[in-house]
Amino acid sequence: MSSYIVKRLIQGFFLVFSVSVLVFAMLYIMPGDPIDQVMGWKVSQEKKDEMRRFYGFDRPLHEQYLSWARKAIKGDMGVSVRTKLPVLDLMKARIPITLKFTGLTLLFDILIAVPLGLLCAYWKDSLFDRLVVGVSLFFTAIPQFWTAVLLILLFGVTLKVLPFNGYDTPLHLVLPVAAGVLGSFASTIRMTKSEVLEVIREKYVTTAYAKGLSKSAVLVRHVLRNAIILITVLISLSIPWLISGAVILEHIFGIPGMGGLMVNSIIMQDFAVVQACVLVITVLTVVFNILCDLLIGLLDPRISLSLRGGER
Amino acid sequence: MNRGRLREFLISGRKNVNFLVGAFIILSVILVAVFAPFIAPYGYDEANRDERLQPPSQKHPFGTDDFGRDMLSKVIYGSRITLQIALTGTLIQMALGVSVGMISGYFGRTVDKILMFVADLTWCVPGIILALAVVTLLGKGLTNSIIAISLVNWTQYARIVRAKTMSIKNQAFIETGIAFGEKAPAIMLRYIFPNIVPAIVVMASMQLPSTVMSTTALSFLGLGSQPPSPDWGLALSNGMKYITRGQWLSIFPGIALVYVVFGFNLLGEGLRDLLDPRMKSL
Repeated sequence: MSSYIVKRLIQGFFLVFSVSVLVFAMLYIMPGDPIDQVMGWKVSQEKKDEMRRFYGFDRPLHEQYLSWARKAIKGDMGVSVRTKLPVLDLMKARIPITLKFTGLTLLFDILIAVPLGLLCAYWKDSLFDRLVVGVSLFFTAIPQFWTAVLLILLFGVTLKVLPFNGYDTPLHLVLPVAAGVLGSFASTIRMTKSEVLEVIREKYVTTAYAKGLSKSAVLVRHVLRNAIILITVLISLSIPWLISGAVILEHIFGIPGMGGLMVNSIIMQDFAVVQACVLVITVLTVVFNILCDLLIGLLDPRISLSLRGGER
Repeated sequence: MNRGRLREFLISGRKNVNFLVGAFIILSVILVAVFAPFIAPYGYDEANRDERLQPPSQKHPFGTDDFGRDMLSKVIYGSRITLQIALTGTLIQMALGVSVGMISGYFGRTVDKILMFVADLTWCVPGIILALAVVTLLGKGLTNSIIAISLVNWTQYARIVRAKTMSIKNQAFIETGIAFGEKAPAIMLRYIFPNIVPAIVVMASMQLPSTVMSTTALSFLGLGSQPPSPDWGLALSNGMKYITRGQWLSIFPGIALVYVVFGFNLLGEGLRDLLDPRMKSL
């Protein structure tokens, strides 16, 4: 078990390290160096060279990376060009909002899609199964941002029952979360269904039936309990996708989270903010994935065993 | 694909409903795109001050936008942009994914490890974040957003091609080729590539919907096509500005987009069943 944790942590460290190198490199792939971009062409060459020395742009790249990374770990991500505020101050209030929004979407996605998937597997090929799969497939053909627009048109503009711009009351989250769930529940239903169908074929399920347990008891106590581990794996894999959706939905619904900040900063060419957003979102995603993997390793010893190469 | 196999494909294709309906939808979109100037009642950027934000009427079946431009014409011309996204996006992803996948699968060992680590890295990062980072570097615009989405989506191709290459490279005809003194690039191009074409076609058709949707999403965010392009994503983002006054702006480009995505979905399902029945389990 411990070797599995160590292995995952090393992988995770490499991932975070590579992402940070890439984000750092973003600054250098841009045409011209940062000093040229900030100071413009009016400033003399001597003055610029002085600035380069001051900010350390004349030092070797790996040294620059180290000092950049050291600052980033302390939370110093530079200053926003547009607002003249430290990037960290801009982001502090926004991270929890995005986490809350994404978390709620994930929660409702699971609460709605997992039972539906379970029932679809249980009543395989029934009218219910076909209906649910059909409807969910229909929603995969609709881009998430247009689902959001349609929800706004229906509930916000025509019926006028729900607010669709801002983040003042819990009601403001209803439409964005609904759009997020509609965008992701099809794949969750499909994953749950296929996992449950796998488990239903296992011998211990037949045994449970043979013991004389009722159908619902077998379904919940034996099938779902075993399928839930695999479902967790698959859901953790969909996290990056969920965050992608959140970025667009935050922009549409005017939710003051990281996604909205990031899109606006790109439009305003506020580079330091974009860089910080990419870094924070990616690191959060990677860390969350590792936590999920560790949780799964704790829940199901077979997974860690198989990673050790089958030694018993 | 030789003649006999092509005929076989067409015969079984006639029985596959998904493939037929998907092909019909995409064909109709292609026709609309090609003949756009003849079908569209107005030019897509023909502004008319007196007819701003008109609801759908006989003169303008889809209404007009904030510059008095005919929405029907915009939607018709927009199909060209969508097909351009589908075509160039797919080609870039394919080129990148197929070459990385083949090199990775053929050489194995360290090369494979490094390339697959890069692919995993792209996989872990939320797609839109990576795309946004690329757009930040390259600047706004349709071409740049197509490149950005391609840099996100290529890993799927790499994975499939790598797996296929690994299973093919140990077969006897490859060894024969090596015995004849063929170099690695020739082996990959002339021996392995023809055998993975069906898998690539299936992959491409299955990736098309997400390519179209993500690139349009970037336009919707204002980072892809810039005005006065008739891009559906841009039209929808413009519709958001007038969501309380001109609902038709947000509806028709969306329907067109869903029509195309739905067509590609069906086509993909159909092609998968026809060319690679084993992938059905995926």
